[in-house]
Amino acid sequence: MPSKDIKMNDSFNLQNNLSPAKRLKAFDWRNYIVYIAFVGVIIYFSITLHDEGFLTTSNLLNIARQTAMISIMGVAMTFVISTGEIDLSVGSITALASLTAALALQAGLGLFGGIAAGLGTGLAIGIINGLLITKVAIPSFLVTLGMMGIVKGLAMWITDTAPVPIVHSTFNFLFGSGDIGSIPILLIWTLIITIIGHIILKKTAFGRQTLATGGNEMAAKFSGVKTSKIKFLVFVGSGLMAGFAGMLYAGRMHAGRYTFGEGDELSVIAAVILGGTSLFGGVGTVIGTVIGSLMIGTINNGLIIMGLDVSQQMIVKGLIIILAVAFGRKTLKK
Amino acid sequence: MEQPLLSMEGISKSFNGIKVLDSVSFSLRKGEVHALMGGNGAGKSTLMKILTGVYQADEGEIFIEGKKVSINDTEDAKRNYISMIFQEFSLVPTLTVAQNIFLTREPKNAIGILNDKECIAKTKELLKELEVDINPTDIIGNLGVGYWQMTEIAKALSQNAKILIMDEPTSSLTKKETEILFNFINKLKKKGISIIYISHRMDEIFQICDRITILRDGKKIATESCDEITMETVIQHIVGADLDKAFEWKERFYSIEGTPILEVKNLSSGTKVRDISFRLYPGEILGVAGLMGSGRSEMVRAIFGIDPIDGGEIFVKGKKHTIKSPTDAIAAGLALIPEDRRMQGLILQHSVKENIILPILSKIKKGVFLDERKANKIAEQFVERLNIKTDDIFKTAGLLSGGNQQKIVLAKWLANNPDILILDEPTIGVDIAAKTEIIDIIRELADSGKSILVISSELPELLAVSDRIIVVHEGRVVKELKRKEIDSEEVLQHAIQGY
Ligand SMILES: Nc1ncnc2c1ncn2[C@@H]1O[C@H](COP(=O)(O)OP(=O)(O)OP(=O)(O)O)[C@@H](O)[C@H]1O
Ligand SMILES: [Mg+2]
Repeated sequence: MPSKDIKMNDSFNLQNNLSPAKRLKAFDWRNYIVYIAFVGVIIYFSITLHDEGFLTTSNLLNIARQTAMISIMGVAMTFVISTGEIDLSVGSITALASLTAALALQAGLGLFGGIAAGLGTGLAIGIINGLLITKVAIPSFLVTLGMMGIVKGLAMWITDTAPVPIVHSTFNFLFGSGDIGSIPILLIWTLIITIIGHIILKKTAFGRQTLATGGNEMAAKFSGVKTSKIKFLVFVGSGLMAGFAGMLYAGRMHAGRYTFGEGDELSVIAAVILGGTSLFGGVGTVIGTVIGSLMIGTINNGLIIMGLDVSQQMIVKGLIIILAVAFGRKTLKK
Repeated sequence: MEQPLLSMEGISKSFNGIKVLDSVSFSLRKGEVHALMGGNGAGKSTLMKILTGVYQADEGEIFIEGKKVSINDTEDAKRNYISMIFQEFSLVPTLTVAQNIFLTREPKNAIGILNDKECIAKTKELLKELEVDINPTDIIGNLGVGYWQMTEIAKALSQNAKILIMDEPTSSLTKKETEILFNFINKLKKKGISIIYISHRMDEIFQICDRITILRDGKKIATESCDEITMETVIQHIVGADLDKAFEWKERFYSIEGTPILEVKNLSSGTKVRDISFRLYPGEILGVAGLMGSGRSEMVRAIFGIDPIDGGEIFVKGKKHTIKSPTDAIAAGLALIPEDRRMQGLILQHSVKENIILPILSKIKKGVFLDERKANKIAEQFVERLNIKTDDIFKTAGLLSGGNQQKIVLAKWLANNPDILILDEPTIGVDIAAKTEIIDIIRELADSGKSILVISSELPELLAVSDRIIVVHEGRVVKELKRKEIDSEEVLQHAIQGY
């Protein structure tokens, strides 16, 4: 073969042996902006709010409790956004799921009845979203925008806006209120879902195909990836996790209520993007999302301790999100 | 000697500590077409990106008419009369030719209302001067790629460009469009416009270029007048060694007795594929010739389940298959290396490795998890085999040179180890050494029992690789030739054009 004596790969071999120093130079801190920012926020509040008890265990665990639902929905949303799609219906789903779970418990269907009702609600809406997006080919933005209204309307309608109390103590303990030792159960749920989500995204064929679908749908299709199936599944996952988050709200508040999860879709999307997942698809990180969610929660918490009112909190939160994303953006020229 | 219009001196550039240009000098005269050649990843595109301000050189200087200039962005480049002709990305497909040419410089009246008439009139004048036959009010998206390029060039010239850079301009043009482009280039030359022309196609270079500069591994090897250098020397400079047996055909032996591995009967799909029938035998390399637009690519798209099939049957190993999606096709043992590889074959923001293993994810599982070690090994093996120039398998595919991106798509399908491999223009954009290598790989695969369908517009390559050739014309197979029976390129050329 003529090519055997072509010396073209000399330089290639040279390039292959990157020295550790050069690798370090190639380290791009922008990929880690959310971690850096998160540490920065913690340090800042630890110093300025030291006397107000920011750094106490109880306050930190409180942050974990407050952010659990956003983190858990964020894990599933990371998959959705990685395929280049969006799910705006998650906030409404939590509300409806909290109510269906509460109603099932009230009707005496027991713990499993409650769980089935909550998860089933999320699952069903996720399936409908997924089918409309993949079979009817309506853009996900429109499908889930519509679904956001429909589901919210349903949540207000089934009990005529009345909250439904939950007296089932095991349910309340398992899904929100309990502590195991001194660890809040919400933190445990967050950890479990994060680890599972991370492993699925990074270590399984499904995760790889999710990223490929968002990276270049055409190329993925040509490679034999069933892109419609992948998209369908990520919406089912997103619905399911929103249903789960609804149960957590219900368990934490000992009630189902149509106002739960209001505006959560935006916090969830913010956490995902802040974490480093690309809004255009193809690049995603579950751990980043959870850190993003924790960071938003920490800022919220710090601002409340500082005594800022809600209007000021919203402004500061908005600014921080824009700044973090701006810094994290790759300014590398193409 | 007269002063050059442009000269770049001692240009060096590194990415992440790796030198991709090493003290390269380059000069361009007024009214000259200057070819820039070199293997995949030699640094051609990078040098041009430095000239257009996309990248900044680490070292070196640029002079325009003897004056030192600094080019930090594309605006600077424009100010220095330099313009890059992109193929797709800088025109808006939904706007008209005139609207595109005057985008951001639209003629308007005192209160800012656009003057469409003037815009169209000016465009008409410009196009007339350039002697191109395009209607200013046509929507860009409705025109062929060849016209996009001319619109691009007209746009550049309307902004007073004197130096045009064309990076592989003919890779998506038909033969006729290429001829029109070359005529156009000759007219531009006469107007004193200078052109830097990058291509891997030798014949083109000798047809239209005055001088040629060759890069290898980021170093300048030579600049010569095209009259004074032979093709052999050019190839030798590019490759760094003799490449004697390039494109030589050897007879291969296989049996066409038994059941064909792939049989297509009376296939029709859309308007382009009317009635296609052929047989592919185990261990055979079947070439598909035909003009661009004859329905060759559409034919394989239908076979591979991308376009819906309207009529006809497909048999794999004698068994009838209904192929409705690429997944079905892959399950039947087919693989398609598509023509438009950047769009259809590659995920630019993913790594070399992730791209290569995408179709074989299910084969490299350890339980439910992916076996990363095995994945790395496979990726490394193909990077080496196809000589893909990359720092390592974890490099982002989009950062590789154009030709090396093409090779990743090849690697990806070879790794999948299919029974039947369909290659649509497998050598577009790859350098001469890689072309030879790809031909060798195809033949090796066939020797190991794989069956291969190759579509190519490059007749020398098609002749070098095929055992049998079918000619497609207007969606029908019009001729079938044994390679043995074809003694020269002219015979095949004649068979293709004889309808
Ligand atoms: N932004 C970048 N970051 C890292 N490496 C890069 C970048 N751009 C180019 N390179 C590397 O520089 C080398 C030269 O690339 P270049 O695109 O100039 O090659 P080329 O001569 O145009 O090749 P081809 O014929 O394949 O288009 C390649 O090895 C490529 O991987
Ligand atoms: Mg290039």
